Amino acid sequence: MSPFFIITGIVTLLGAAFAMSLRNLVHCVLAMAVAFSGIAALYLQLDAQFVGFAEILVYVGAIAILIVFAILLTRSGKAPEKSVLTSGAWTSVILIPVFFGVLAWAILHSSAVPKDLPPAPVATVKNVGDALMTKFVLPLEIIGLVLTAAMIGAVIIALKEDSQKPKSEDGGQQ
Amino acid sequence: MTPLQACLLISALLFAIGFAGAVTRRHAILVLIGIELMLNAANLNLIAFWRFGPHPEALTGFIFVLFSMAMAGAEAAVGLALIIAIYRHKKTSNLDEVKELKG
Amino acid sequence: MFDQLDQIFVTLKHLVMGFVPAAWQPLVSALIAIVLILVVFPTLFALVTVIERKGLGRMQNRYGPNRVGIPFTKIRLCGFGQFIPDGIKSLTKEDIVPRAADKVVHFLAPVVMMVPVMLAYAVLPFGKNMSITDYDAGLLFFFAVGGAVELSVFMAGWSSRNKYSLLGAMRAIAQMVSYEIPLILSAVTVVMVVGSLNLNAIIAHQNHYTFGIAHWHVFTPWGLVGFILFFIASLAESNRTPFDLPEAESEIIAGYFTEYSGFKFALFFLGEYLGMFAIIGLGITLFLGGWTSPVSFLTWIPSYVWFFTKLMAIVFVFIWIRATLPRLRMDQLMNFTWKFMLPLALINILVAGIWHYMAADWQRWLVCSAIIFGAYAILGRGLMQNQNFGKRIYRYAE
Repeated sequence: MSPFFIITGIVTLLGAAFAMSLRNLVHCVLAMAVAFSGIAALYLQLDAQFVGFAEILVYVGAIAILIVFAILLTRSGKAPEKSVLTSGAWTSVILIPVFFGVLAWAILHSSAVPKDLPPAPVATVKNVGDALMTKFVLPLEIIGLVLTAAMIGAVIIALKEDSQKPKSEDGGQQ
Repeated sequence: MTPLQACLLISALLFAIGFAGAVTRRHAILVLIGIELMLNAANLNLIAFWRFGPHPEALTGFIFVLFSMAMAGAEAAVGLALIIAIYRHKKTSNLDEVKELKG
Repeated sequence: MFDQLDQIFVTLKHLVMGFVPAAWQPLVSALIAIVLILVVFPTLFALVTVIERKGLGRMQNRYGPNRVGIPFTKIRLCGFGQFIPDGIKSLTKEDIVPRAADKVVHFLAPVVMMVPVMLAYAVLPFGKNMSITDYDAGLLFFFAVGGAVELSVFMAGWSSRNKYSLLGAMRAIAQMVSYEIPLILSAVTVVMVVGSLNLNAIIAHQNHYTFGIAHWHVFTPWGLVGFILFFIASLAESNRTPFDLPEAESEIIAGYFTEYSGFKFALFFLGEYLGMFAIIGLGITLFLGGWTSPVSFLTWIPSYVWFFTKLMAIVFVFIWIRATLPRLRMDQLMNFTWKFMLPLALINILVAGIWHYMAADWQRWLVCSAIIFGAYAILGRGLMQNQNFGKRIYRYAE
């Protein structure tokens, strides 16, 4: 493994660790953006150029901005005074390293891992386009439908309600 | 350690970190960030197996990851819309306080 | 002889690489490219700031800067040396950081803006065989790094702990995200017709001549509409007038970089203009033929001369528009992109498809132009419905 790979991996994991442990939410989001860029660099090293660029475009360029806007709209920009952990935090802190240990053991001792390195695949944009239009055309159409539904749904859920509905008083007396 | 195992270890560690954050933190948006990290870990896993597995010219793992990214974008949009709607209703984004079904 | 002049930079680079041992060659090649970009484009930025001030001045019926030559000498350059004192002033001003500001994020925001903007120059072809990297998905790379600039805008606005900065940052991000969509959709028409995301392949598709005139994409109906949409969207992406509400002085002081002074402000300013050059460079590559010449009897002029001539011509049009048009309000901005440019971009994709599949004679010109003109008329009429432009009504305070 080249040193570049190790450095990219460490940057990604540090970014993810900071994203989940900082107190200030905006710092968390910025650390998450660093983690996403690290993952994009890893994709580029794995000869998946299109996916790497798409990751930066989708995650850093769109999802991180979306989360930032949600932080601003829910007024969570200030650092919280109380504890940031849930009530069930301590059980997770014990169980998650066990979970990772099991996964790591399975990875390192698995027989499904091939011993030799295959040659680099040629994933040109033309091949991706051909595959999308011939073999994977049904998922392509379905994902168009899903994205449209998600967009309309998100707009409707987050829409401000203008009508002043009178609060029903007998709902609380039953 | 082969490169495939290194990639898989990074992906497993990323998944564990995302999982830890999603389960431990109180703020709804941080849970969403944890979920996004878990999805990215799964995508990294898929690309690693596409690259080092048999038949990479079939592009199956590659296309799977493209669709997974599109789904993650859609799900983040809807999830954040929900968080904004809940904040508007309950004036809090603390998950411990949003535990009643009564609106 | 002119071919050698055309390829002179490539030949020079190969000459230098011949002196370098083989193990170091990728590193030295990358370093040469980086140094060239860092020398050429900031110099162009400095010249364009002076040209803009003089140009704006002349269009507003006044002189711009017209005295400064080279400092400490008696050489008069009619004001073209203005960027030297400006640069020295920016570099030596005191760097004020607000006490309540988030220091790390405040420091990193200009850096996060400069890095993607500089990265975007890696895929632009400046001349024949003169692009630094030749990615298969070069256009996608460009749009990906363009999207990363928005994060730096937010970092700058939020870390200043200033209501005006935050408001300016949110407006700027909303504008940039909204105008990215017509930008990308108008580039998609080019990709659809050419069949590749590689910028060199897009230029090669335009490098043919019929009756002496090149096959530039802008000379087709869908290309013309695509170029106009790309042009307007790139005005908005660079936060230039008429879309400079997030950073106009009379609106919000300076928007998201209000609290920046000295070198950091110079970095933001540099980053904005470099972003402008990069996106104009992409527009030239996609629609105006990149480094090719428009007429076949002028192909002897070197390719990089053509590229930079087109770049400066479009920069001049940007300056001209800044001097002429008033600013759009935020809701007018948003209406314009979502209700006019986005449907027109989608219809443009349809028209490009029709163009590709019809036979190459006058009928396809007629059909495509008719569809585009009809769409423009209907959309424009739809936008203007709520505007009641009648006699001006004056309301006085009672």
